Amino acid sequence: MFISINVSRNPVSEQEVSLLLNDVLERYGYDFTEYAPASINRRVNHLYLTDRFPSFAEYRYRIISDPAYALRFVEEITVNVTEMFRDPSFYQALRTQVLPVLATYPSIRVWHAGCSTGEEVYSFAILLKEAKLLHKAVIYATDINAGVLEKGRKGMFRLSQMQQYSRNYMEAGGREDFSSYYTANYEYAKFREDLGRKIIFSPHNLVTDGSFNEFQLIICRNVLIYFNKKLQDRVLTLFSDSLEQLGFLALGSKETLNFTSVADRFRQLENREKIWRKVQL
Amino acid sequence: MSTAPYLFVIGGSAGGLQPILTLLPGLVASLPAAILIVLHRQSHYESILTDLLSTRCCLPVMEAAEKEPLQPATVYIAPADYHLLIETDHTFSLDDSEKVNFSRPSIDVTFTSAALAYGSNMTALLLSGANIDGTEGLIDVHNAGGTTAVQDPASAEVDYMPKQAIMQAPVDVILQPQEMAAFINRMAGV
Repeated sequence: MFISINVSRNPVSEQEVSLLLNDVLERYGYDFTEYAPASINRRVNHLYLTDRFPSFAEYRYRIISDPAYALRFVEEITVNVTEMFRDPSFYQALRTQVLPVLATYPSIRVWHAGCSTGEEVYSFAILLKEAKLLHKAVIYATDINAGVLEKGRKGMFRLSQMQQYSRNYMEAGGREDFSSYYTANYEYAKFREDLGRKIIFSPHNLVTDGSFNEFQLIICRNVLIYFNKKLQDRVLTLFSDSLEQLGFLALGSKETLNFTSVADRFRQLENREKIWRKVQL
Repeated sequence: MSTAPYLFVIGGSAGGLQPILTLLPGLVASLPAAILIVLHRQSHYESILTDLLSTRCCLPVMEAAEKEPLQPATVYIAPADYHLLIETDHTFSLDDSEKVNFSRPSIDVTFTSAALAYGSNMTALLLSGANIDGTEGLIDVHNAGGTTAVQDPASAEVDYMPKQAIMQAPVDVILQPQEMAAFINRMAGV
């Protein structure tokens, strides 16, 4: 069933969006064809209007013929909204239920998939630091988008956000002075080097790339919501295969393993947070 | 399993809860349509809102979950802190991109997305609020062939949002809170 309805802020139809996604796949190797259509349609249209294209044909031609613009397209249609200690109760659960288990390992490997600009990665590094585990941990922080990884590497976030982040941190059970983790630098807060030293920012495409290590914890929050069910199942299988026995998988607050192909390999922790433990290889 | 053939999207901000509490008890249990409520609020009151609305209504009330099909005779609430979109196969999608009109969920985003998925088989109803959210979405719903309705600003706790909509969007009907249930039942063909 394909209905074609054009409204003012959606001049590019769903069929035209799939043409563009096929172009981007064939020319540049980025595969968005298994993303949930509604969100991607909205963002493709938003970019079309922002960049003031006179017609769909011009939009398509620019994407096909201009690799730099195609990169902009890829970076703009993926969502990169994030914050530190997003959903404080989730971080509270990591602190009280997951870190004590990780503490028993001689070395800790964590994969933060779809990390965007890194705010949540630094949040987790702070948790590890406070639990005195950071020295024996490595956090692999990956994203499809090279631009956001570069920002993550710098560890500089907007100073105007710090009040909110500090509140989140305290709600997540933080007991230190949050401002001791960064130095204010004009309108940016630069996070301490010792936090960033254990984070490896690296490009990884969940759609096309495979596993690259075995982890005790994989964090992937608000990424799966953008995928269709088939792609969700495939990525969850990748996560399952990349986790050690009894490893943890942490998802976004509206994401679930229920009714997915890996559901019987995991058991959810006994709280309302979205953290599962792998119980079966 | 077939999805809801008709959709009502109700958007409200400050003062939007009261008309919702007024209209819910009047809906018939066999309503051949889905109701989707997008209400600006603090994320902390999440489960309380579902419970509160459940007590007023003979239809099941639940938070819209991603990938779930829209069922008839069901009231869905857009979860806090996500935009709620509707796919053309009549399932829900969530999106945590930038706020629109300082809001997430944004009423505009859901109205427009619903218009693309449901076309003429939907009605958008905009309630009380202090925000500009909803007006653009009503225009999209109208252009896609759907019906647009707005709470009478005189009955609204905060009249800015319905007033803006009436000034800028093609509005088919202006309603008092106590007329809304009968209107929904009628539009759904009950």
